[in-house]
Amino acid sequence: MPVILATDIMVFLIIGLVVYFFIGARSDGPLRAVWLSLKKNRLAAISFAVLLVYAGLALMDSIRWRDIVVSPASNGAVVGSKFASYNAEALSLLDRVFINMRTETEKTYSAPFDDKLFAKETIELPDGKRVRDYPPLKYKGRHWLGTDKVGGDVFFAALKGARTAVIIGTGATVVIIPFAILFGVIAGYYGGVADDIIQYLYTTLASIPGVLLIVAFMLLFGTEGYQGGLISEGMVWAKVFVPNDRLFWLCLILGITSWTDLCRLIRAETLKLREMEYVQAAKAFGAGRLKIIYRHIVPNLAHLVLITFVLQFSSLVLAEAILSYIGIGVGPRMGSWGNMINTARLELSREPVVWWNLLAAFAFMFGLVLPANIFADAVRDALDPRLRNR
Amino acid sequence: MTAPVIEVRNLKTYFKTSGGIAKAVDGVSFSIPKGGTFALVGESGCGKSVTALSVIQLIDSASGYIAGGEVLLNGSDITKLGEKEKRKIRGNKISMIFQEPMTSLNPVFTVGNQIEEAICLHQRKTAKDARALALDMLKKVRFANPEEIYDEYPHRLSGGMRQRVMIAIALSCKPDLLIADEPTTALDVTIQDEILKLIKELKDTMGTAVLLITHNLALVANNADTVCVMYAGKIVESAPTAELFKKPLHPYTQKLLSSVPAISMRGKLLDTIPGTVPSATAYADGCRFSGRCHREMQGCKTIEPVLVENEERHFIACHLFDAVFLAGVNSTHVTRAEAYLPHIKNALVKGGAIVEARGLKTWYPIRKGLLKRVKGYVKAVDGIDLTIKKGETLALVGESGSGKTTAGKSIIRLISATSGEVVFQGRDILKLGGKEMQGVKPLMQIIFQDPYSSLNPRLTVKEIIEEGLIILKPGLDRKRRLKKIGASLEQVGLSADMMSRYPHEFSGGQRQRVGIARALAVDPEFIVCDEAVSALDVSVQAQILNLLKEIQREAGLSYLFITHDLGVVEYIADEVAVMYNGKIVESGPTEEIFLRPRHEYTQKLLSAVPRL
Repeated sequence: MPVILATDIMVFLIIGLVVYFFIGARSDGPLRAVWLSLKKNRLAAISFAVLLVYAGLALMDSIRWRDIVVSPASNGAVVGSKFASYNAEALSLLDRVFINMRTETEKTYSAPFDDKLFAKETIELPDGKRVRDYPPLKYKGRHWLGTDKVGGDVFFAALKGARTAVIIGTGATVVIIPFAILFGVIAGYYGGVADDIIQYLYTTLASIPGVLLIVAFMLLFGTEGYQGGLISEGMVWAKVFVPNDRLFWLCLILGITSWTDLCRLIRAETLKLREMEYVQAAKAFGAGRLKIIYRHIVPNLAHLVLITFVLQFSSLVLAEAILSYIGIGVGPRMGSWGNMINTARLELSREPVVWWNLLAAFAFMFGLVLPANIFADAVRDALDPRLRNR
Repeated sequence: MTAPVIEVRNLKTYFKTSGGIAKAVDGVSFSIPKGGTFALVGESGCGKSVTALSVIQLIDSASGYIAGGEVLLNGSDITKLGEKEKRKIRGNKISMIFQEPMTSLNPVFTVGNQIEEAICLHQRKTAKDARALALDMLKKVRFANPEEIYDEYPHRLSGGMRQRVMIAIALSCKPDLLIADEPTTALDVTIQDEILKLIKELKDTMGTAVLLITHNLALVANNADTVCVMYAGKIVESAPTAELFKKPLHPYTQKLLSSVPAISMRGKLLDTIPGTVPSATAYADGCRFSGRCHREMQGCKTIEPVLVENEERHFIACHLFDAVFLAGVNSTHVTRAEAYLPHIKNALVKGGAIVEARGLKTWYPIRKGLLKRVKGYVKAVDGIDLTIKKGETLALVGESGSGKTTAGKSIIRLISATSGEVVFQGRDILKLGGKEMQGVKPLMQIIFQDPYSSLNPRLTVKEIIEEGLIILKPGLDRKRRLKKIGASLEQVGLSADMMSRYPHEFSGGQRQRVGIARALAVDPEFIVCDEAVSALDVSVQAQILNLLKEIQREAGLSYLFITHDLGVVEYIADEVAVMYNGKIVESGPTEEIFLRPRHEYTQKLLSAVPRL
C-alpha cells in the first residue's frame, strides 16, 4: 500500500518539471535552443548529470509503500482484503534497494573502510581469556564512510539526506518563486494601491526576525506532523496520503520568510522594464497588460529569478542544518545532512575525533550545491539569446 | 611652431576578445601643440574613445593593452611608466571630461568637495587654499554664485551646470592637455554652445591643449584647429579644419560630410555609405574602407594605403593620392559609378489634416503627505494645438524637458492626456472606448530613439513584428502573417530571411530598421518618430532618414517628428512647431521658421546650432 507524503508530491512536481523540460527540448520549441546551448557547455552537462543523480535519489526515496503484515493466525491467507493491516514503517524504494546498507549495522562508530570498531571493548576470546581491544566489525569492508554512533552506515545516511536537501532547497524556492514573481510584477507594473499593499506586506514580513517566525510557525503547525519513522493510522488520509508532513511545513515557512528579497528585486526590475521602449511599442499595438507581462516583462526577469534561486538553494540547504540544530528542523528520524552535522558537533569534541559523519554530510552538500551553482549559471546564459551563441 | 604638448606615435591599442584580438586603435599618430585644439571625428566603433583613453593611459588592463607605439607628453614617453607615475600624470598633466555629466560626478559628495579632492590629489595645499582655488575655478566656469554652488550636491544641478563643474575639476590642476570625449553630446543645443565656448576661452587663457572627440562634424568645424578623421582604428585624413571642410579628399570624409542633413539638402535623398564599420577583430588586409567606398579600385582590398602628406599639413591615407599605386595597378574602378542624388518627389497624396490636437494637456499630479493628496501639477504638456497634414512631416522641436515626447505619446494615447482633444478620422480618439480604439491603434504607430532598448532582447525579429499583427490584424492566418513580416522587413531594406535572428545580432542602424518594420507591419497612416535618428551615426542616420522619406512617399504616411536635432528638422520637416515648457511658442512652415524665426526662444535655439 503506497504512502504519499505532502513533500513526495513536491518531489514529483519537480521531477515533472524536469521531464517537461526534456519533452520541450526535444520538440522544436524555444526550449530547444536553450537545451542545445546547455549541451555545448561541458561543465554544465556534467553538473546536470550530478544533479540528476541527486534528483534520482530524492525520487527513489519518495516512492514508498507499506508492506502487508501477515498475521501468523491467518495462515497467510489475508491478502488485499479490507481486513489487511499494514506495517507501520513505510520503506522507500531507496531503503529497499540499499537494503544491505540499511540492515547491516554495527554496534557503534567505525572509521571508513576499517575492519574494527572505533572504541575498545572487553572481548572474550574463544579460549575464555578477556582482552581489551577493538572488536572486529560484523560486516567488514562494507561501510565506505564508516558507521555512526548506533552503528548505522554513514554512506546510507548521507544518501537519505539527499531527499531532504533537494526538497528544502528546491521545494521552498519553487514555492516562493511564483508568489515573488506575481507580487513583484503586480507591484512594479501596476503601481498605485497594489504596490503600496505589497510593499507593506513584504516590509512587515522582512522586519520580523526570520528565526523567530520559523520557530513560532513550526511549533504551531509542525509538531504533529510526520517526522520520519513509523506511521500511525491517524496520520493517513484516504489510506494513502500523509498530508501533515513536518518537512512540508518547514518548506512553507522557509519560503514565506525568504520570498521578500526576490519580490523586492523583481519589483525594482519591473519598474525599469515597464518604461522600456519595447513595452511601449507593445502598448502602441494595444497589447493587453497580461500579454505584456507574459511576453516582455517575465522573460526579462529570468536572470534575477535564477540567481536568487541558486543563492537561496545553497542558503536553504544550510539553513536546514541550523534549524535541525535548534530542534525545529526535520525530525531526528528523517535522514538529513543537517542532523548529521548536528550530531557531528559532539563527535568533534571527542578524542580521538569522529570526523566522517561531518565529512560525509559536507561532501554530499558540496556535491549538490556546487553543480547547482554551475548549472544555474549556464541556464541563465542559455536563456539569454545575447549570450547563447558565444 | 611650438613643441607639441602631446605626441602620439604609431599607437596601437588592442583588446583580447572571445572573437580574437580587436585592433581598436591600430597605428595612430598625431601631435597637439600648446594651446591647440585637435579634433578626432568618426563614427562609433572607429576607435576615437580608445585613442583618448590610451593617451591618458586608462585602458582597462583586464583585456586591453598597448600593443605598440609611444605617447610622448612634453617629449617623454608615458606608456612605459609605472602605475604610480601614471597616476601622477592623470588629472594633473592630462585630464578628461566625459560625455555623461549625470554619472561622472559622485552623487554623495558636494561639488566643492569633489573639486577640492582633485586639487589635493596633485597639489600640496592647505584646506583653506584648496577651498579658495575651488571657488576660483567655479568662478572661472562662470557660476555667478560660486559660494552657493560649492555646497550643492550634483543632483541639484542641471546637466549643463554639472558639465561646467566637470570642467572646473578637469582644469583645477592646470593640465597640459584636456581630453573632451563627446563633452556636449548629452546636452541641449543651447547649452552645448555655452560649454564649447567656455572650453575654448579657458583653453586660451590657460594655454591648455585640447583633444576634442566627437561624432558631430558641425561642432568640429567651429571649435578645432586641426581635424583628424578616424576610420576602423586608423587615421584616414587629417588637415587644418577649414581646409578639411573645404576640400575633403578621402572618400570616407566626403561621404561623412555629404550625409549630414541640412536645409540645402531638402527634397533630395541624403548621401549614404553602404554597409557598416567592420568589426575590429576582422579588418581587411588592404584599405579598411574598401567594400563601402564609392571609388574603390582593384587592389584596394589587398594593399594598405599609408598616411602621406598630400598638401601642406593635409594628410591622407588613400590610394587615390598614391601616384605609385595608380601607376602600378590597373586603376579601373570596381565599384559603381559616382552615386547621384535623385530628387525625391513628395508624397503623392497630400491634403487635409490627418491628426489634429486641440488644447491638449497632460499634467502629472504631484502627490505629497501621508494621504498622497494632490498638491500641484507638473504641466508637461500645457494646452498645445498641432495639425499634422496627410503625407507631410511635422517636426516638434525643443530642449529636453520641454514636453515634446509627452505630447507625441499623448497624441497616440500611449500616455493618457488630462484634457483636450485629438481628432483623427473625424473622431476625438481620446474619448474612444477600448474596442473602438483597437480599430484606430494600427493606424497610429511609434518609432523610438534607442535601437537597443526598443526591441525585446529575448524575442526574435519575427516574434517582435508578429506581436502587432496578432493583436491588430487577427484576420491574418499564420502564412499570410509571415508573408507580411517578410514584406515589411524588405520594405525597410532588410531581408526576409533575417526573421529568426535576435536583436543583438543586428547593428544599431539595422535595429532601427527592425523598429520601423514593426511599426509599418500594421499599415499605419500616422507615425510618431520619437528621436528616431538621434542615437545613430551620421551615415546610418542618413540611411534611416532616406528610408523614412521613401516610405512616406510610397505609402503616403504622415510623421510627427520629435527631435532636438535641428539639422534633421530642416532637412525632413514640412512644418515645424517649437515647444518650450509645455507650450508651443512658434509654429509654421520649415523655411519660414528657419529663415525668419520670430519668437525669442526660437532665435536663441537656432543661433546655437553649430553649422558646417
